[in-house]
Amino acid sequence: MADQTHVQTPRRSINWGAIGDHTVLILGSLFMLVPLIMVVLTTTVPDVDIIKYGPQLKIGDQFDDNFEKAMFEASGFSGANTGMRMLFNSFVLGIGFALGKILIAMMAAYAIVYFRLRFATLAFWVIFTTLLLPLEVRILPSYEVVQQLGMLNTYQGLIIPLIASATATFFFRQFFRSVPEELVEAARIDGAGPVKFFIDILVPLSKTMIAAMFIIMFVFGWNQYLWPTMITTEEDMYTLVRGIKQITQTLEGTNVPEFGRANLLAVIAILPPVAVVIFFQSWFVKGLTESDK
Amino acid sequence: MKRAGFSTKWMPIMLLMPQLVIIAIFFYWPAWHAIQSSFYLQDPFGFGSTFVGLENYTDLLGNSEYRRVALFTLVFTVLVTFFSLAIALLLAVKADNVLRGARTYRTLLMWVYAVAPPVAGFIGLIMFDQSWGPLTRLAGFFGWDFVLGVNFNDTAAAMVLVSVWKQIPVNFIFFLSGLQSIPRSVREAALIDNGSATGRFWDVTFPLLAPTGFFLLIINITYALFDTFGIVDTLVKGEPGNNPMTLVYKVYVDGFRGNDLGGSSAQSVILMVLVLALTVFQFRLIDRRIHYT
Repeated sequence: MADQTHVQTPRRSINWGAIGDHTVLILGSLFMLVPLIMVVLTTTVPDVDIIKYGPQLKIGDQFDDNFEKAMFEASGFSGANTGMRMLFNSFVLGIGFALGKILIAMMAAYAIVYFRLRFATLAFWVIFTTLLLPLEVRILPSYEVVQQLGMLNTYQGLIIPLIASATATFFFRQFFRSVPEELVEAARIDGAGPVKFFIDILVPLSKTMIAAMFIIMFVFGWNQYLWPTMITTEEDMYTLVRGIKQITQTLEGTNVPEFGRANLLAVIAILPPVAVVIFFQSWFVKGLTESDK
Repeated sequence: MKRAGFSTKWMPIMLLMPQLVIIAIFFYWPAWHAIQSSFYLQDPFGFGSTFVGLENYTDLLGNSEYRRVALFTLVFTVLVTFFSLAIALLLAVKADNVLRGARTYRTLLMWVYAVAPPVAGFIGLIMFDQSWGPLTRLAGFFGWDFVLGVNFNDTAAAMVLVSVWKQIPVNFIFFLSGLQSIPRSVREAALIDNGSATGRFWDVTFPLLAPTGFFLLIINITYALFDTFGIVDTLVKGEPGNNPMTLVYKVYVDGFRGNDLGGSSAQSVILMVLVLALTVFQFRLIDRRIHYT
């Protein structure tokens, strides 16, 4: 940044360094975005064109038609997994997971940080051991547990087991510990009880943190794949991300595979989490880099 | 715990209860179950099981296919981690350099963060389609006859490429925020001492980024091991056959498709030990980071 003041560059010479930097960044952005743009554009051209020419960087006129097919026609056996239905299920999973996780995590972190509790250390370790093992390594037994509880093909079976890890609890614990000690002392002198302190002081203080967590957890929940694949076998419970496998399978073995429809569903699966991340960028980046997990 | 905490007895227990109950049912029970059934040989028809001690483990380690999958996972993890870190670091350094447009580039490079792994795999399928995929054509242009899903190495290359593509945004965000937190005074001092930008990068910036880098290293290894499940599953279209697969994918294939519960559980336990080792390593790094910064 301070380059210009120290290194004397002759006038009107081209700043090759800056051009190089921008070239690398533009190439990087193209590498990241061109595949996405191509998929978006395929939703506007007739399926036959895709088979003939492949994805092109041009806009066609078939979007309405593909949208109609993707959102309101079902591809499965039962006819229950329309795009609308999967979109709804994805929102239930994303929002349900994010809210449930934040609520439970804030309560637990509050208990650990603000109370004199004999077994606080034990509770801490019991909870934080869960950070060690991702769901992927214990999928089979987790599936059996959910099956025994009769929670297959239900929203609670989909959401609650995913909440069983301490990422958000760890995050809120760190945050609560950074809140000045004087606040709780002052609150106690003023006669505020634990509930009042939590709702009137701590929650408003954590607003930004809650927003950041919500974004990260929403994207995490929305993008779940393995767990929904196992837990939901009924088509009306499919989420968009879980449905992607079936979408790829319908492309096999048909004369004119419905690429427009399949790609549009993929685009709809991408859109809400991308929108959330882009619009709430500063909160999201803050939450991500400060939580360190 | 805060010194001035509340001393109500029942309150913290109530607050901790939801988290503890969920963790007990959906974490400790399944994890225990996995460890237990890794010592048993399960009848494929569900008529009981016999204790076989360490046989599932010795079988696994003596199995040439398991070793092949483990070797592939190792190579895959190294490649994905190296390339996604290197590319992200290059982009972050450039974005930190440019005077104008850093925010725009950050926004553009962030999009893919929110794309779910299986959807990323689906985009890979389109890019590498046998007859019209743009990347298949590009490879053909250079004389590379790319066959996704049939040729082992080609499929592996596609998996690595898609996984790197998906992981670059996270690394980029962390590296950029790490770079931006380097104090101005340090940069200016470096500028006076060292005229060459490359020299400055390796002598000053790189060591200062090391904590972020180590942290990301662990995150990326975990990502390559576990979160790439969706990418692998979509790229092989759910048919592992002769295709490359990762250890987590094998747990799923053996347990769910092959009904080999004991063997699958033993694989889970091996992965648990692996993650445990990684996490302990990570916590020690974070500890050190807190001391030094």
